[in-house]
Amino acid sequence: MTKVTMTVNGKTVSAEAEGRTLLSGFLREGLGLTGTHVGCDTSQCGACVVHVDGKAVKSCTIFAQDAAGATVRTIEGMANADGSLSVIQQAFQDHHGLQCGFCTPGMVMASAALLAENAKPSEAEVRHYLEGNICRCTGYHNIVKAVLAASGQDVAAIAAE
Amino acid sequence: MPKDGGIGASTKRREDVRFLTGKGRYTDDINIRGQLYAHFVRSDVAHGRIKGIDTKAAEASPGVVKVFTATDFSALGGIPCGWQVTDRFGKVMQEPKHPVLADGKVRHVGDPVALIVAETLEQARDAAEAMSVDIEELPAVLDMKDAVKDGATKVHDDLTSNLCYDWGFVEENKGAVNEAFAKAAHTVSLELVNNRLVANPMEPRVAVGDYEDHSGMHTLYTTSQNPHVIRLLMGAFVLAIPESKLRVVAPDVGGGFGSKIYHYAEEAAVTMAAKVLKQPVKWTASRSEAFISDAQGRDHVTKIELALDKDHNFMAIRTDTYANMGAYLSTFAPSIPTWLHGTLMAGNYKTPLIYVNVKAVFTNTVPVDAYRGAGRPEATYQLERLIDKAARELGRDPVDLRRQNFIKPDQFPYQTPVAVVYDTGNYDATMDKLLEISDHAGFAKRADASKAKGKLRGFGIAHYIEACGIAPSNLVGQLGARAGLYESASVRVNATGSISVFTGSHSHGQGHETSFAQVVSEMIGIDASQIEIIHGDTSNSPMGMGTYGSRSLAVGGSAIVKATNKIINKAKKIAAHLLEAAEGDIELKDGKFSVAGTDKSVDWVGVTLAAYVPHNYPLAELEPGLEETAFYDPSNFTYPAGAYGCEVEVDPETGKVDIVAFSAADDFGNIVNPMIVSGQVHGGLAQGIGQALMENCAYDENGQLLSGSFMDYAMPRADDVPFYHVDHSCITPCTHNPLGVKGCGEAGAIGSPPAVVNAVIDALHRAGHTNITHIDMPLTPARVWAAMNA
Repeated sequence: MTKVTMTVNGKTVSAEAEGRTLLSGFLREGLGLTGTHVGCDTSQCGACVVHVDGKAVKSCTIFAQDAAGATVRTIEGMANADGSLSVIQQAFQDHHGLQCGFCTPGMVMASAALLAENAKPSEAEVRHYLEGNICRCTGYHNIVKAVLAASGQDVAAIAAE
Repeated sequence: MPKDGGIGASTKRREDVRFLTGKGRYTDDINIRGQLYAHFVRSDVAHGRIKGIDTKAAEASPGVVKVFTATDFSALGGIPCGWQVTDRFGKVMQEPKHPVLADGKVRHVGDPVALIVAETLEQARDAAEAMSVDIEELPAVLDMKDAVKDGATKVHDDLTSNLCYDWGFVEENKGAVNEAFAKAAHTVSLELVNNRLVANPMEPRVAVGDYEDHSGMHTLYTTSQNPHVIRLLMGAFVLAIPESKLRVVAPDVGGGFGSKIYHYAEEAAVTMAAKVLKQPVKWTASRSEAFISDAQGRDHVTKIELALDKDHNFMAIRTDTYANMGAYLSTFAPSIPTWLHGTLMAGNYKTPLIYVNVKAVFTNTVPVDAYRGAGRPEATYQLERLIDKAARELGRDPVDLRRQNFIKPDQFPYQTPVAVVYDTGNYDATMDKLLEISDHAGFAKRADASKAKGKLRGFGIAHYIEACGIAPSNLVGQLGARAGLYESASVRVNATGSISVFTGSHSHGQGHETSFAQVVSEMIGIDASQIEIIHGDTSNSPMGMGTYGSRSLAVGGSAIVKATNKIINKAKKIAAHLLEAAEGDIELKDGKFSVAGTDKSVDWVGVTLAAYVPHNYPLAELEPGLEETAFYDPSNFTYPAGAYGCEVEVDPETGKVDIVAFSAADDFGNIVNPMIVSGQVHGGLAQGIGQALMENCAYDENGQLLSGSFMDYAMPRADDVPFYHVDHSCITPCTHNPLGVKGCGEAGAIGSPPAVVNAVIDALHRAGHTNITHIDMPLTPARVWAAMNA
């Protein structure tokens, strides 16, 4: 076991980790940040996406020790400073972009990373970018709509129902 | 215009805030001080005899507390089956034993053989490497038709064969059906496979067992769609624990789609282990483990035939289906290919004679049970594929042939020849709506545009019927159910007027916390924010049957209406006392009780306070307090129906199918929250499109699962599906529940597979491939290309 220190959601935090401990496990078990979810064991589902040094990373693909010293942001750190939902979170609620909520943290983190890279993505760009995040509930319709809305694009033309 | 928070409003979901901020509380987020970790050692062969299990090395591994095998659990009952089907000869089905841990034989890859409990998960997994399990491999039983031949290897040595049952429905009609075929002007037949699927909710299953030694109280935290059902099945049949000593909690659950209905061995094993070890025991499935231990769905092989008269009226339908049960009977498995499938074979049509034969077969595969739609997608797929084929063979327009045979609005209630009575519907209306929203008239132009870029465009239609909220209990009991199918609700009005509603339904994505509150808000007239919906814990809600079969609003919502009406009746009595008026003169509107025709009134809080601070109160006639419980047992199923239209482009070079448009016109009866209803349809459509084009649970000839991870099992992703056009403005309210609602959870997955396949066949025919009458799902590029190049 080694003590691993990193900055998570603006705070410097430390916890013990084995060499084989994944960042996802470190966040969940070590730090108690259970908002990051684990939906598979082959790095396919994207439920565990967090931001590491500003980039979207599947936290099951990186060892906790390799993230030592990094700046990590998880779903728990996505709301505005006053606790209100951020634009992307609010868009997911407004457009019913979640149902069971399990893939949602990864979806929100991936979508936020997309919008940081590409402020006005097209529908095709959103769908392509979110290829690494599986949702079984929504059929993606309202997720794509929420991301387009969060980018400030008019989604009224997309059938609401 | 509905008021926000009331019935008919697209109220935003209150549960979203916790899910969007990482504050959801799923079972794997629960960690109890001192908990141990469980790892199951599972069979890596499909069929074999256990010659010996040596646990010594594993038990000596660091951190290991105990290794359990079948002998440790020999005093326990087996995993029970909740439905007993009687076959066409009047004989009950063959029901094999299902031990918690494999005893003597392993019967599918993934069958649990031992349970290792250790101080950390890593230690438990490491110890598994040290386990020595000696299994003599036996031939795997896989093909259903081979499995029921004389002399076939048996999955269960103590059964007479691999045939679970041979069910005929309606057996008395068989002769008349055959006669109709003999006299028919036209007959059409089709052989098809309804591919095996894996439900794959994004949250894998988790079970945490806890035990309090001094009181003998067990608590099981589990990823379940129906915690009360788990408590009953596990407590009564497996572990012999009375309900008073067993609490089952299903907190936030990350999707289910059927796979989290059933009582699984892992739940019983961790509950028992926690008692033996006097420490909490937690098990979290990996996704790979989910693929070999979650009950799977569909897997039918069918021949269906249709007899028509000279005017193309449907005269009779005859089907012959083999339904895979897998290695053991999962909780509701026997009911799926029978009562949830045979009873729907009339579809939307007035076919007078129907005979359905289903042979349920044991194989060395993971058990099969309900998956979104459960039996109804299998029925719809056969029927709607066959009608398309019939239209083509008879030179008829597929829409016209359907319309000609539709049950008409003035024929409801309609008694089908397969036992059920449809209460209401208007199938021409949904068909009209579909043609409108899909711009069916503009298809030819779009097909030309596709052709110009080298693509083959096709349009496919399917019209489905569904049966939701399976009931009533006394009928399903006659059909073999070993459970009731009512739902419960307790409405607790608090002293200052807020309301806590305890429901036996369970939400794992459906948004009950929002939509159930809308119902109560509408009825009482107070703001929805004053109403909380509580579910998922057997310690605080009345015995309820949970959420599946699109039953939550139709059955669970009706129970809430019933309990809320009791509240209103009592509140009116209190108001009458306070206002010194006759009870019959009291009106409730917008949260205020008034005396009709006067300006005398008392508000909601005035009444609720009086109920709990009964100083000025009719104590001689009325108990204090304001809390009511109701159980609602429906008198019939509900029957949603709808028309689905799929437009595809096929790449003739590669066989790749793109869904370019998908439209759904559903009749769900009345709608409480249109936004949530649309979301349910969207999700169902993606699962149906997944089945039609991508998903396939495949075993090799030795029974090894080939599609055992998300790398091999093709889950639909964002760029595999389009924006959908869904509409639920066609409304024929359900006639027998108080909300007039029908259920919307499964429709998308029921209507879409035949629409997609019909569209692909249409595209191929338009391109001159008139020899292709059918391609089995999933319509992968390889299969489509092979059909085109045969």
